[in-house]
Amino acid sequence: MPKLLAMRGNEAVAYAAKYARVEVVAAYPITPQTIIVEKIDELISKGEMDAEMIHVESEHSALAATYGAAAGGVRAFTATSSHGLMYMYEVLWWTAGSRIPVVMAVVTRAMGPPWNIHVSHEDILATRDTGWLVSMAENNQEAFDLTLQMFRITEDPRVYLPGIVGLDGFILSHTVEPVELPDQETVDEFLPPRRQPYVMEPGEPKAMGNLVPDEYFEELRMDMQQSMENAVKVIREVGREYAKYFGRDYSELVECYKCSDADYIVAGTGSWMGDAKIAADKLREKGYRVGVMRLRWIRPFPWSDVREAAMSKKAVIVMDRSLSTGHAGPLFLELSSALEAKPSMIGVPAGIGGVDISYEDIERFTEKAIQLVEEHGRVYIPAMWYHLGKIFPTYPSSNVKLD
Amino acid sequence: MAVSESEQRRGVVAVIEPGGHKLPLSMAGPGAMGKTGYWRTQRPVVNYERCTGCYLCWLYCPDNVIEMVPGKGPRGQDIPVIDYDYCKGCGVCAAVCPVKAIDMVDESKFLAKEKEEGDGNA
Repeated sequence: MPKLLAMRGNEAVAYAAKYARVEVVAAYPITPQTIIVEKIDELISKGEMDAEMIHVESEHSALAATYGAAAGGVRAFTATSSHGLMYMYEVLWWTAGSRIPVVMAVVTRAMGPPWNIHVSHEDILATRDTGWLVSMAENNQEAFDLTLQMFRITEDPRVYLPGIVGLDGFILSHTVEPVELPDQETVDEFLPPRRQPYVMEPGEPKAMGNLVPDEYFEELRMDMQQSMENAVKVIREVGREYAKYFGRDYSELVECYKCSDADYIVAGTGSWMGDAKIAADKLREKGYRVGVMRLRWIRPFPWSDVREAAMSKKAVIVMDRSLSTGHAGPLFLELSSALEAKPSMIGVPAGIGGVDISYEDIERFTEKAIQLVEEHGRVYIPAMWYHLGKIFPTYPSSNVKLD
Repeated sequence: MAVSESEQRRGVVAVIEPGGHKLPLSMAGPGAMGKTGYWRTQRPVVNYERCTGCYLCWLYCPDNVIEMVPGKGPRGQDIPVIDYDYCKGCGVCAAVCPVKAIDMVDESKFLAKEKEEGDGNA
């Protein structure tokens, strides 16, 4: 029987690793991720999880050991945040380029300095170019569900790329929510034994990552791009299968809330999109038809879903908990590109470094954006910063004057 | 794991395709770069009278071109046989030989001789 328990997001992820029968976990602690690997350690020492825990001296080694174990043929897992993720950045490329399926949780957190342990998306969004699949959870149940699915997706022969499950630091990682845990037997039916393109083992010597002619290198990258395209299909299939086994459907890469009749779309990713839905309802009471488009997947980028949901709208307001300093929020850039900036586009960097953003804040800046569109017609504002209740127009400048 | 014919391009075996993927892998095999013996400027020549069959040259050869043949030495000892198609003449075997049984000889002498015999492979 599935059971409903109250747990923090970090524990939900740890349980997903247990249900996936992960055999090797290599870890180095970093706030706010630490509870994930602590919980796994606890499950191992209680005998509830049959896995090897490797305590390493750094995050670079944490992912290197996880990747090594996975290349050796076992299901392997690790988790990190912020500075830890940056420290393992090189190994992200090694893992993806080697086509070795690995699953990692990234608990989103700001990059210092100054020191800050709170939520920001600058860490996870820095993985966009590495060849990893990247997903973002809205709540603890989704953190569990995406982790479990990520094993099946990454180990699909059409994909064979590693995958990251993102969950927001503290807002999900340390907040207790009800999470439904399935039966192990059902998980075993859903998740087939591990598959991978090759196994590094004695007896069949091979060299991985050797020097190759440049044109081979480029062809390998082309293959990864093709696999990302395949991954869109695989994510839909696995999400549909997940609904059959566990009753929750993940066949959509983008979650649309009241989008169909909306004039204005609030877009973004992560836990604060729940608040955005409340803000949309409040704005609808005021007579603005607002919908919410939540990106559950960042890589592969849900290009066609985004275009279908938002191309014909009056405006798209992009909430970015991160900034590509010197331009705009990464999600704003991605969405402007996918939508060919046909709707009015307003990028709102906000909540960076864990600054609290309530549904009232979202309501406020969305209303401001709507008013600009109503006043000026088509607007393009890359970075309309929202900070402590005020709008700060910042570089790069928009096509309308903001006060 | 199969290496598809079309992917065996000259020089390297680097792209292997199980499940339709190109992978950054290469499999161990002789002479992916062609016969590299012609890079040699000095040739190791074994004096089997002196050789004790200790295996040190076999162990140290960085190109794995020395094969030990059991019991074929003049005193019934195991002896090293060097594959000159791939030996690059680095001299490590001569340097580690404890009884100085391997001499490094100028390759041009052999080339001249082979040319005379019409047997040159260079």
